[in-house]
Amino acid sequence: MSKWFRINQLWQLIAALFREIIREPGVLFWGILFPILMSLGLGLAFTKKADVVRKVAIINNSEISGTVTENTTIAAFLQNKCEKNTTRGKEDWHWKYVIKDEKLGNSIFLFYNMKWDEAMKLLKRGTINVLLAGFKDSVEYHFDPMNSDAELTYLKLGSIVEKGEILEIKGNSEIKPLTIKGTRYIDFLVPGLITMGIMMSCMWGISYGIIEKRSKKLLRRLVATPMKKSHFLIALITVRITMNMIESLVLLIFSLFAFKMSIQGDITALILVYLAGNIAFAGIAVFVSSHTSNTEVGNGLINVVVMPLMVLSGIFFSYQNFPIWSIGVIKNLPLTMMTDGIRSIFNEGAGISEVAGPIMILTATGALFFTVGLKIFKWH
Amino acid sequence: MTENNVIEVKSVWKSFKSVQAVRGIDLKIPKGQFVALLGPNGAGKTTLVEMIEGIQKPDKGEITIMGKRWKGNEDELHHIIGLSLQETRFIDKLRVSETLKLFAGFFNLGMDRVNEIIEKVGLEEKRKSNVVNLSGGQRQRLAIGIALINNPAILLLDEPTTGLDPNARREIWEILRILKQKSETSMILTTHYMEEAENLCDYIVIMDNGVILKEGTLQQLLEEVPVTLKHMECRRKTLDDLFVSLTGRKINE
Repeated sequence: MSKWFRINQLWQLIAALFREIIREPGVLFWGILFPILMSLGLGLAFTKKADVVRKVAIINNSEISGTVTENTTIAAFLQNKCEKNTTRGKEDWHWKYVIKDEKLGNSIFLFYNMKWDEAMKLLKRGTINVLLAGFKDSVEYHFDPMNSDAELTYLKLGSIVEKGEILEIKGNSEIKPLTIKGTRYIDFLVPGLITMGIMMSCMWGISYGIIEKRSKKLLRRLVATPMKKSHFLIALITVRITMNMIESLVLLIFSLFAFKMSIQGDITALILVYLAGNIAFAGIAVFVSSHTSNTEVGNGLINVVVMPLMVLSGIFFSYQNFPIWSIGVIKNLPLTMMTDGIRSIFNEGAGISEVAGPIMILTATGALFFTVGLKIFKWH
Repeated sequence: MTENNVIEVKSVWKSFKSVQAVRGIDLKIPKGQFVALLGPNGAGKTTLVEMIEGIQKPDKGEITIMGKRWKGNEDELHHIIGLSLQETRFIDKLRVSETLKLFAGFFNLGMDRVNEIIEKVGLEEKRKSNVVNLSGGQRQRLAIGIALINNPAILLLDEPTTGLDPNARREIWEILRILKQKSETSMILTTHYMEEAENLCDYIVIMDNGVILKEGTLQQLLEEVPVTLKHMECRRKTLDDLFVSLTGRKINE
């Protein structure tokens, strides 16, 4: 068979699979608009310091402690320092106290007068995280010490309620907010969104695509022709990587303009890590879908790969919060390796020498999984 | 290859776990002959065709196509075989012409052949329709068009009209009748519709439980229907009567 004939075969497959994707109306939204909306939403949420509202229950139950109507420290604080909600129209709080802070954002404390049982219900729902019970000269703070947000509410509130002092750090003068490019949350987030998009796109686009075609007996029909088997997989991967590139490029351009992000490192290194990551996940996707023709089983298999990687690989938040013993393993996961590589190029100015290791490992991972997947691949 | 046979099946056995799907079948199909494998579900028809297609390997026995075994000759044999599988679904979002073009590309054929096939299977008005928007009969005509794209010497059709309404079935039959008149293609067609076998095929192989019960031309088979069968004098004999006399039950039971 001539070389030209083989190339034409491959081209026909690529064209057909590309048409299959672009004619799916959901592709534009889920592949291109959704990542942009996600980066926009998360970027704004974590870039602009919004007012932090902390809801606190004031226990009005004689069985537990005194009530706010009595002459307690809490009652004095509420009556003297807080704004009382007299109308109680749309807003259901009883008292409000605001700590203004231009650098760290305002903290708004909303106090609700309620009984213990009612407070417990709201605590379980996560509506409140601290309960105040007042005695004549002292205050009891009820909260889960494992909940860091509750702990912060307690620390901020404690000094105000009892001493009338706002907890502050020498007038905030020593706080210097970091706004340098590469240190913001959005700089951390966008590379993660790009790599997560690659993983999702490969795993669902390639793996699920193969399983679905097998279940529809299309694979079996294709291999009953002179089509070269590897051409089908190469075409599927080529189309998927091309789509990934378009999707990532749109997200990248949006981030560069909307969030003033910049690529501080080597563009060639970025392209190489990007391609290596695509190869890794394309190989894994072929391996995962090499056997089953049941789409339900396929869902499970894909999720087994995708879910742990999404949680562990530090897409939205740093994986450094995981136990120390696990960090070594997490760093060597393919998604972590690709994300760390791309982040280091974006934010730390890394070049090819810094990311050569991940490039080689990711490429080798993809080649290994692809080869084994092709060996055990069931066409019917 | 012996004489003029394009397919030779010699003492072929095939089992799946504990199920013996094909048990020692012998079959010879000469050039240009249309053969029906007739039998109920589970008779072993599809397994036999899949072994001829090269999708399944026999446990025992030998299959040759144009005198060649599958092993080592896959590429060559794929060029001379056209097939239509049971319930194959093509790419939903591809148009009819694009689907045919894809398969034509595997045989190094161009748009001229695609246009010929579209005309042959009567899908001219649907050439720009996405596959997902075709009716069951139109999809089956497309499947047959794909099977014919390489002008195959051997055509294997696995239950091509199952699930279709009578009109759609007749349209498929018409395509195959014209093919028989105008080409030297040999065809194996599996079916559990007697009239399909009677109307389309020169030679009929009746199968049940993985074995061939009877084979011959329609005339030869009908002559074997016992005259003692009830109500025989009131109507013409059918292949179903023969199947009843051989197995005690009807083909579609």
